[in-house]
Amino acid sequence: MGRTLAEKVWDDHVVRRAEGEPDLLYIDLHLLHEVTSPQAFDGLRLAGRTVRRTDLTIATEDHNTPTLDIDKPIADPVSKVQLETLRRNAAEFGVRIHSLGDVEQGVVHVVGPQLGLTQPGTTVVCGDSHTSTHGAFGALAFGIGTSQVEHVLATQTLPLAPFRTMAITVEGELPEGVTAKDLILAIITRIGTGGGQGYVLEYRGSAIRGLSMEARMTICNMSIEAGARAGMIAPDQTTFDYLKGRPHAPQGADWDAAVAYWETLVTDQDAVFDAEVVIDADELTPFVTWGTNPGQGAPLGASVPDPASFEDPSERVAAENALKYMGLEAGTPLREVKVDAVFVGSCTNGRIEDLRAAAAVLDGRRVADGVRMLVVPGSVRVALQAVEEGLDKVFTAAGAEWRHAGCSMCLGMNPDQLAPGERCASTSNRNFEGRQGKGGRTHLVSPQVAAATAVLGRLAAPVDLSSNVAVEV
Amino acid sequence: MEKFTTHTGRAVPLRRSNVDTDQIIPAHWLKKVTRSGFEGGLFEAWRKDPEFILNQPERGGASVLVAGPEFGTGSSREHAVWALQNYGFQAVISSRFADIFRGNSLKNGLLTVVLPQETVERIWALTEADPTAEVTVDLEAREVRAEGIAASFELDENVRWRLLNGLDDISITLQNADDITAFEQTRPSFKPRTLPVL
Repeated sequence: MGRTLAEKVWDDHVVRRAEGEPDLLYIDLHLLHEVTSPQAFDGLRLAGRTVRRTDLTIATEDHNTPTLDIDKPIADPVSKVQLETLRRNAAEFGVRIHSLGDVEQGVVHVVGPQLGLTQPGTTVVCGDSHTSTHGAFGALAFGIGTSQVEHVLATQTLPLAPFRTMAITVEGELPEGVTAKDLILAIITRIGTGGGQGYVLEYRGSAIRGLSMEARMTICNMSIEAGARAGMIAPDQTTFDYLKGRPHAPQGADWDAAVAYWETLVTDQDAVFDAEVVIDADELTPFVTWGTNPGQGAPLGASVPDPASFEDPSERVAAENALKYMGLEAGTPLREVKVDAVFVGSCTNGRIEDLRAAAAVLDGRRVADGVRMLVVPGSVRVALQAVEEGLDKVFTAAGAEWRHAGCSMCLGMNPDQLAPGERCASTSNRNFEGRQGKGGRTHLVSPQVAAATAVLGRLAAPVDLSSNVAVEV
Repeated sequence: MEKFTTHTGRAVPLRRSNVDTDQIIPAHWLKKVTRSGFEGGLFEAWRKDPEFILNQPERGGASVLVAGPEFGTGSSREHAVWALQNYGFQAVISSRFADIFRGNSLKNGLLTVVLPQETVERIWALTEADPTAEVTVDLEAREVRAEGIAASFELDENVRWRLLNGLDDISITLQNADDITAFEQTRPSFKPRTLPVL
């Protein structure tokens, strides 16, 4: 019987297989950041162990880093200690690091792909659940805990329980104004936050094939929000074109050998998935969340749902709690929900195409009075590219704040946070209670919806904007 | 890792689904560089509400958390497991756990037990009616017992063996270091390398 893409990549990394034991898998690339690594390095020190493969390991600073005044000492002493701890550990164990101020610094899941380190058919891990992002290249990539970070540092392997496979087949073409973000939010609402539990998802079908690498990353990034172990997309010419010429992409004969291998990384015709979900791309519209988990979403044109409409009792209670936390009334059209803040950035939507999309909507327009808009590039490289294209000027002319690279308001570990009760349209990945700041309320949206929302001060799509751009701005 | 064989303690019925790891331990606590001292951050936002179950005096010293489905979703932060353990929890019962949280818990000796939602409801009813009711989580017998309840649970045999013996994963893997070295010699030259810096 044929094998799926995920099974092929898995099989190619089995170091040891024995009856009654989990497979021991080799890890090709280990990404580190400051938050989930300190205790792992401590563990190594305590046991007198070293990093087995420093040449397969790379660290960046992202979660804690400020996005303002980056040339000044870090104001939060606890954040400062954590960043210094990573720097010290990297120096002591010989790990390559890109610190704040370095041109390669940025969100770990933006940095790996842009350096060309994320490649088809590799296994990629990081102590961060959004490691699923790298699956866009046909890599088997997943988030791990700190104990596993230590395990990979020490052995470059992980013992892993078997997974099941799920095909998410998206046929057709995304309509104008509908993005990868809308698609993944719709998928999560369809299968639920636990729908992918135990599965590696493979996104396939004509709509997926038609997506750019960055859009594919947005999709795979949020696989974890459906509870999946990982999300993958088979590599194709789009993938190869993206990789060619990147600093760590193979060169010369290695490139040819790599492409020959990568081309085999497709699910065989006769392979069988354990589950399949089919989505019609043509039916999709901009999608937003109304609740406090990423599965609580609806088309922008819909209204806040009535909790009583949920058949499942735990979903009903969850919806009641969510509306209470979010300060929303059932039946309110989502387009009437006013926001205080807009955040464009994160490992989900902080790449150059996302910034271009937001800027295209904002160009010649103004952020509504009383709305604060933050634009945070996913990496220094993305920021430099945006500046080269003049996007930063579009943002600042519109009244948005143009910041330095980092995770920023996606999780508010740095000073970029919502105040209690503030409502935000955010291009990030999680609308959990307090995620963007204690008491903050998050609506997950695409970059286009974020920008249109900033202009109107309420949840909106670009189509809602008057075609007459105000001249006297 | 500490051994886990069997544990008996009072329970905290947490009637919420989709308890994400941001609720279990908010991000600002993640700046700590230790594995201890997270108890104050456990369910920090919810504990501000005096009515929250963990704030009820009769729940003091309880060591078994009984939660709704999809417990531990979201961030991979192992700090969520440490926070539960630092607070005094030894076991968590739910009908469904998020994968990464579950993996993290079992690597730290926090036993996460999957029981049908119907059994979870019975334990909720029992422990809400009688906060002194004790719940036993028996890993040797793979069974959860409480007054009028005896429910067996499944756990991967290899994971169970590691927990019962308090074994360290890294030491076990390093026993197969030769296999790792042999595998490394077969890796194609086109695989990415982070060093030297280009």
